[in-house]
This record gives sequence, structure tokens and C-alpha cells, in this order.
Amino acid sequence: MIREVYITETNCITPIGFDVTTNIKNIIGSVSGIQLHQNSELMKTPFYASIINDEAINSAFAKISSAENYTRLEKMMILALQPIVKKSKLDERTGFILSTTKGNITALENPSSDNFQQAHLGQLAKNVADFFGFITEPIVVSNACVSGVLAVSVAKRLIQADMFDNIFIVAGDEVSEFVLSGFNSFQAMSDSPCRPYSKNRNGVTLGEATAAVLVSSNKENAKIKIIGDGSINDANHISGPSRTGEGLFRSIESALAEAKINANQIDYISAHGTATSFNDEMEAIAFNRLGLENVPVNSLKGFYGHTLGASGLLETVIGIQSVLESKLFVSLGFDEIGLSQSINIIGKNEDKNINHFLKTASGFGGCNTAVLFEKVK
Amino acid sequence: MPENKTYIQSFCKIQNNEIILDGASIFKLEPTTFSDFSKKVYQNFGINYSKFFKMDNLSKLAFLGTELLLKNKLDSEEENNIALVFANKSSSLDTDVKYQNSISDPENYFPSPAVFVYTLPNICLGEISIRHQLKSENSFFIFDAFNPVFMINYAKVLLDSKKADKVLCGWVEYYDEEYKAFLYLAAKEGNLEHKTETLLTEYNK
Repeated sequence: MIREVYITETNCITPIGFDVTTNIKNIIGSVSGIQLHQNSELMKTPFYASIINDEAINSAFAKISSAENYTRLEKMMILALQPIVKKSKLDERTGFILSTTKGNITALENPSSDNFQQAHLGQLAKNVADFFGFITEPIVVSNACVSGVLAVSVAKRLIQADMFDNIFIVAGDEVSEFVLSGFNSFQAMSDSPCRPYSKNRNGVTLGEATAAVLVSSNKENAKIKIIGDGSINDANHISGPSRTGEGLFRSIESALAEAKINANQIDYISAHGTATSFNDEMEAIAFNRLGLENVPVNSLKGFYGHTLGASGLLETVIGIQSVLESKLFVSLGFDEIGLSQSINIIGKNEDKNINHFLKTASGFGGCNTAVLFEKVK
Repeated sequence: MPENKTYIQSFCKIQNNEIILDGASIFKLEPTTFSDFSKKVYQNFGINYSKFFKMDNLSKLAFLGTELLLKNKLDSEEENNIALVFANKSSSLDTDVKYQNSISDPENYFPSPAVFVYTLPNICLGEISIRHQLKSENSFFIFDAFNPVFMINYAKVLLDSKKADKVLCGWVEYYDEEYKAFLYLAAKEGNLEHKTETLLTEYNK
């Protein structure tokens, strides 16, 4: 008998709210975290990004701890986890997964051996784990932009493998000079707030956030059930998606096969939608190949920017609220469709009963992840 | 999950300028740089893949280990559903530091997309997937040290759930000339049981 796996707790720390309720209120009000920033330490020219206010992080953190030796990202991660961990007993059957692409990469800006140690993702995970007193070894997932949603898939698999009964996941990444300059070197940055799937989209807006969930074999208090997943490589290119959406297509197929449902039973897709020309086009092709062209789909990047290793988990947290509240949220920034094959972009907030929700993501290295969720009856 | 056993079909280790395949040394050089070592491995085994020379050191290490491990084990007629489950300690820090150096000095500011793309540890999985046309499950993890318990459990769930026919598990650690790769192929059939003690013995040998 394969164990059933649920998500029972969620939280997120973003520029538009330090809990799920506030984030949803702002999404309903079309409030975006994306703003124009002038900060020469991050980038020489003004840039659009979704950045959390330092003061807000520090004052929220001061309410839960007087410790001063945590980095900004560690504070953001601890803040995301704290309300959901404090209710739980942390034993040898409780796992901890941390998802990130770049972690404390800003530590490399001032070279020293301490800073170099801090830049290790394992050290970041240890610092966060020790704050709460996890007794099992942290598992770090670092798989480019699919990391956040891949972490959900990994947690489900490890519970099915009977390694754990409960797994806390935290996912997070910061806006840094490192990632801004990198995306800029790819000429992948938008000169206005990103517009996923739109005709005039011209690239990514970066963002930062943390999100946390509790994945559990215990159905009590379940918010949603995880019913299938897949994480399949394009085997095509390391810095661009497959033109045919092959890896994403196969990831969704794999998730559907495991869940034993048909594509036409999917009620809502929370897609990746980075607003680069190639990514959005690739997703449209993959969705069409699966007959998903009429399923309501949004990208939440218009609210949060691309939060890298956090994005997949953050967007899962918001998607779960869509299911719980029977609401589809607008794909902010979308105007006129700019894809070779049509998909059903959500143009305004609307009510809809959602039984099955699909979360997808794709990233550098040709990686893709799809996770299917089912409403708990 | 049912208690079905899994097996190690083949394993490969690269460290100290030496390659050990299934327990036997198949290539060894006197102390030299990784750059020199990796190039000579490439030449010695007659590998012909020009993309190799664009890779960062972590990808080169993972690529070479996989190349030798999978030699003569792939079906050229059909698709091979071999999952990739890799891990290390230093993520992509070797390239992260190189990239950081390219943006730290305003007088010498030269961020390159060709370097930036390798500031993600899972890029080596992409390189291997492209080389062997593995449209398969792949994921990259970070641990303080080689974690056989995790590898065994994760590989087992991929095999039991039929997400993969075989799993290529790999520890690929590279930072500033310090490196070690330990890769092996796990499957439902074989002679050598996929156990923690076996993995630790071979890893530490």
C-alpha cells in the first residue's frame, strides 16, 4: 500500500505580506511586490524587482528571537517556518528540506573564511535547522528554478519511502548583485514589470521570498493531497528550454499517470511563466500537446517576480489557497496573448471549484517539475 | 512501499588523478592539475564531444564519471529511462567564486553568461542528460558528506514507483582542485545488494 501524502500547513514571507492571508488579500487587490529600485550596490542602473524591506524583516524577526547572528535570508526562512514548526514535535521521523538556488551567495562579496563557510548551502540549512532543533540531517534541494516545487515532490517520495512521517520544507532566495548581473548578462531582464505570456513581454523581473510547508502522512488538518509528480529533463540545452516542451510534457504525463487521472480533470494550472520569450512559448506548446489549452492558467510572477528557488513552493502555497477558497487569481501583467499556440490565461479574479490543481516549473539545466494536487474531501 | 531489494550494477570512482571502475584501477596519472587530468582522461578513453571543453570543472567531473560508468550499458535503439540523482557538499561554489570575481571589481566588471549558467549545481545533470539523451527524472542535493541512506531510499522510491528503470546515483564534489566523484548504477536486478555498508566501503576505499 503506497502511503498517502498531504500538505497540512503553509506560510510565506514576501514583499506583499508576511503570512498567507495578507498575501491573498493583496493578490485579490492586484497589489504587486514589483517596484522600480535604484540601488547601485545591487545594480548600476535602475531596475524592477520584488524586494522585501529590510526593516520589515528585522522587526518581524525581533519578535521571535533576540539572536543577531543570522543572515537576512536565514531570518526570512526562519520567519516562514516559525508559525508552522512551533505547533510540532520534532523527532527522528520529522525531516527538514531546504530549497534554494543561491542561498547565502552574498557572503562571497566580502571574502573571508567565515563568509566562505556561510556560502555553503549545507551551512545555511544547518543554521536554520538548529534554530528550531531539528534532529534529522537537513536535505538541501538545489535544482535551479524548479527547486521549490521539486522539494514538494522529494518530500512526498521520502514519506512514501517510509524515511519520514512529516517533512518541513522551507524555500528561499534573495535578490542579489550576483543573480541580477547574471540574468542581465543573459539579456533576460525586463525593463518594466514582467508580463508573463503577453505579446510584449521582454523578460524576467527578479524577486525574493521564502515559503514553508509541512508535508505529512497524517490526513488530519490536511489542506491538500499530493497525488502525482514528475521531474524530467529536456536533454536539449543547458540554458534554454526545449522548443517542443519535451521535459515539461513528460513531467506532467508522469504526474498524471501516477495520479491515475486524465488531463481533462485538471481544473487549474499554476505555471512557471517567467515572461521570457522562450519559456512562456515552451509552456504553451507543452500544455497544448497534453490538451490542456482550455484549462485556466496563471503565472504569479507579476506579483512576486521570479523568486528562483522559492518560486515553486511560494506558488504552490498560493495555489493551495485557490483550491481552498475556490478562487482563480488573475495572471497579473497579462494583456494580449503572445504565444504561437493559445492557452487560457486567467484575465481576472473569478470563482471556480477546483478539484485538481497542477503546479509546474522549468529551469536552467533543462529541468522541469510537475506536481498534481487534489482537494481533500 | 514494498520491501523489494535494489542492487548496485556498476560503480566508478574518480579521485587523486585515478579512475577506479568496479573496483579496478583503469587510469592513473602522477599528481597534476584537474584541468590536465580531465583532458588526459578525455583523450585516453577516446571521447569525442567538443562541448566537454566548455564545461566547468564540476560538470567535467560528473561527465567523465558518467561516461566511463555508462560505457556499453546504454541501449542505442531505445530510450534509456535512467534517473539521475546527484549530490555534493560544495554545490557550484567553485564557479560561484569565479563568477563573483568577475563582478566584484568595478574596474574589471565582466559578467559572462557562459560562466553564470554553471553557478547552478544541477547544470551537470543537464550536460549528462544531453550527452546520453536521458529524458528522465533528475535532481541535485546538497549534504555535508556522501549520504548513502538518502541515496538508497530515493533511488528505491524511483524504481518502485516505476519512475525510472535504473538510477544513476552520484556524489560529485569539486572545489578548487579538491575533488571526488563516486557514481553507481542502481536497479532492481543485480548481484551486489544496494546497502549502506557496501556503498561506504567502496566510497572510502
